[in-house]
Amino acid sequence: MDPTPAGRGTAAPAPADDRSTLTLHVNGTARTLTLDHRTTVLDALRQHLGLTGVKKGCDHGQCGACTVLVDGRRANSCLLLAVAHDGARVTTVEGLADGDRLHPLQAAFLERDALQCGYCTPGQICSAAGMLDEAAAGFPSHVTPPTADVPVGPAPLGADEIRERMSGNLCRCGAYPHIVRAIEDVAP
Amino acid sequence: MSHAPQPLGAPVVRREGREKVTGAARYAAEHAPPGCLYGWIVPAAVPKGRVTAVRTAEALALPGVHTVLTPDNAPRLEEPDDPVLAVLQNDRVPHRGWPVALVLAESLEAAREGADAVEVEYGTTDHDVVLTGDHPGLYTPEKANGGYPAVRERGDFDGAFAAAPVHIDATYTLGGLHNHPMEPHASTAVWADGHLTVHDSSQGSTVVCESLAQILGIDRDRITVVSEHVGGGFGSKGTPRPQAVLAAMATRHTGRPVQLSVPRRFMPALVGHRAPTVQRVRIGADRDGVISALAHEIATHTSTVKEFVEQAAVPARVMYSSPHSRTVHRVVPLDVPSPSWMRAPGEASGMYALESAMDELACALGLDPVELRLRNEPADEPDSGRPFSSRNLTACLDEGARRFGWYDRDPAPASRQEGPWLLGTGVASATYPVLLSPSAARAHAAPDGSYRIGVNATDIGTGARTVLAQIAASALGTAQENVRIDIGSSDLPRGSVAGGSSGTASWGTAVHRAATALAGRLAAYDGPLPAEGVTATADTTQEAAQKSPYARHAFGAHFAEVAVDSVTGEVRVRRLLGVYAAGRVLNSRTARSQFLGGMVMGIGMALTEGSTMDPAYGDFTERDLASYHVPSCADVPDVQVHWIDEEDPHLNPMGSKGLGEIGIVGTAAAIGNAVRHATGARLRSLPLTPDKVLPYLP
Repeated sequence: MDPTPAGRGTAAPAPADDRSTLTLHVNGTARTLTLDHRTTVLDALRQHLGLTGVKKGCDHGQCGACTVLVDGRRANSCLLLAVAHDGARVTTVEGLADGDRLHPLQAAFLERDALQCGYCTPGQICSAAGMLDEAAAGFPSHVTPPTADVPVGPAPLGADEIRERMSGNLCRCGAYPHIVRAIEDVAP
Repeated sequence: MSHAPQPLGAPVVRREGREKVTGAARYAAEHAPPGCLYGWIVPAAVPKGRVTAVRTAEALALPGVHTVLTPDNAPRLEEPDDPVLAVLQNDRVPHRGWPVALVLAESLEAAREGADAVEVEYGTTDHDVVLTGDHPGLYTPEKANGGYPAVRERGDFDGAFAAAPVHIDATYTLGGLHNHPMEPHASTAVWADGHLTVHDSSQGSTVVCESLAQILGIDRDRITVVSEHVGGGFGSKGTPRPQAVLAAMATRHTGRPVQLSVPRRFMPALVGHRAPTVQRVRIGADRDGVISALAHEIATHTSTVKEFVEQAAVPARVMYSSPHSRTVHRVVPLDVPSPSWMRAPGEASGMYALESAMDELACALGLDPVELRLRNEPADEPDSGRPFSSRNLTACLDEGARRFGWYDRDPAPASRQEGPWLLGTGVASATYPVLLSPSAARAHAAPDGSYRIGVNATDIGTGARTVLAQIAASALGTAQENVRIDIGSSDLPRGSVAGGSSGTASWGTAVHRAATALAGRLAAYDGPLPAEGVTATADTTQEAAQKSPYARHAFGAHFAEVAVDSVTGEVRVRRLLGVYAAGRVLNSRTARSQFLGGMVMGIGMALTEGSTMDPAYGDFTERDLASYHVPSCADVPDVQVHWIDEEDPHLNPMGSKGLGEIGIVGTAAAIGNAVRHATGARLRSLPLTPDKVLPYLP
């Protein structure tokens, strides 16, 4: 069996000084690629694995459109070099749905019309998924009231908490109020 | 039929929503033809001068670099109607960021490295990039954007102003603003078998197709431009942009597919911006607040490449009774990137100044600002004398004041405090014209009872597919689920640009006409339809060219509550309400999102967004999203949107007005007026960043 599933750029010439062979576990599948050392995780996903649900909005970590989950934590994939992430588990928006059944966040975004142009949407949804896990793990945010009880349990997610925690993902269409409601629908 | 028809206006879920939330929707740079080359623009590194040499040997020696196009070797183009598209045609550098070379390589990484390796030498001359209200180069153009006369005079402004017992004379300044849609401008172009196919991030692929045909000198039928999903535009994708021309030129030159995205930091130079304005407003009124004299005079910049004049004085011709009026635009060509459309060009900028001045007048009179506006309702459109087809500004103000709890306020400034926060409320009106552009559509009925509509509309996030299906279904008396809709390709019947808040009206009229004609033809069939189905078409070219005897505009009212941090000068919007009269709303779900989005952009205009020209360096200082601050989630409260049921028989078959832009109009003024109420300080320059606000706090 071909260990390198189909995708552009995966024809894997022998590693040279400026390329390395690495494996990303993307949406549950091992994908072995030989990549230019300058290739970001974002470009590995978009250009080499055809996962164009991951968006490039600024390529500089300023907009959040490229947000994916890396080993369960949200990250701007444009700021990560693929060569430094050999073995990482990456979840993209394409990996959230269960077959035809949408992830609850995807369903809530659709129901609340929490999108217009849709270009920030995959990043928003991945970011929200990571954020819910962070809150469940008790990570405080800038707006979490200081408490003597540290560590606290799951951080309660009111609208202000969601707004603060989602502020790394820009939406120029201005869907924020609907994004907040969609996440509130899913938050415990 | 499996579904019951729903009335127009139903909150139908957007058709492409599922593709967008699952990542399946493909945008212009997400098409990957085999053998694709990747482009990287080399931007001019001086603000004014000429390219004297481009050395490409080092770049071409890099692994993966295929070709470097320069003004010396790039294919010659026909002279485009829009001079910003004449790329790599000569050695002139009109502003920083102008493309001086294009590197094509086997990968993005190689293209970028190649662009860094291209050596460009310039001969420079002195540049001038800073607009001032008294710049010696200011002149009065013939027309402003939109075809409006640059100057209009009614009555005797000078005499009436001098005679008025109450005067406002205030000057407001706005810096440049950037559209910054989340999807950067991009094109994937393929030249194969004598046919050019371009996936372009555009607000109107018919226009892009026709432009490319003219510029490349090839037949329109040999070009297909596809804009299936577009990651926002806000005007910056409303005209063809250089990346489409460069990608098309490059694929034809190399014989390879070419993909070209504009890096975020290059966008301010290449895709237009809202030009800065210096706006003087003078109002003369009697002691009851009734306006006798109104002048709105604009100074703005354009580039040396083309004349674009932000029509900021135009709303003063529409809004209020003003028997004696002067509205003037003046412009100076500077060595800056070419300005263009940004959401509500003219209205957003002009209504900031006019609605701030109205608040100043209310304060000067000790009159409630809602009441002041009600006292200046005109019987007919002041400038043209035409009757309004409908004008429900009064209803918007009244309904907004009621919902907002407006009259609970103590009008005295700086009268509410909550810890370190100073609280205030403000109001402003909004307006946007009703525009209609020619479009064509095709409607087809299949024997199985399904329908298929074709129109080259573009869905830039508005929900165009969805609302057009609703319009067709309504005309056909069927459920929208039975209607398939094809949009986003120049091979479809000609569609106008998704701009000027005119998309739904323009495409929708064509769709309605075609679907109505189809319904008429279907009525003639007793038995089953022929196997090939039945087709009808419509073209609204004649209909759209007719001048309406009515002045047609949407109106709205914005109410804002702000909190100003007396320690830091930070302004936070606590509440924001918009109430609109925009004709019949055809899809309440997607309409709400559009109003909301305009208001959120208005928050940015008021508080965080502003681009400044560095006089020495000669470029925008804020070129990326780290320095140019579009609102983030934490900047935006739970914005409220409402609309008035408005029946207007003088619009189009749907009875709709546009609603994509009016949300931004007036929002910044409402916030600025609320800051004045909170602090007592009248600040006349946006954005209201802490450094501007803090010096005025106690």
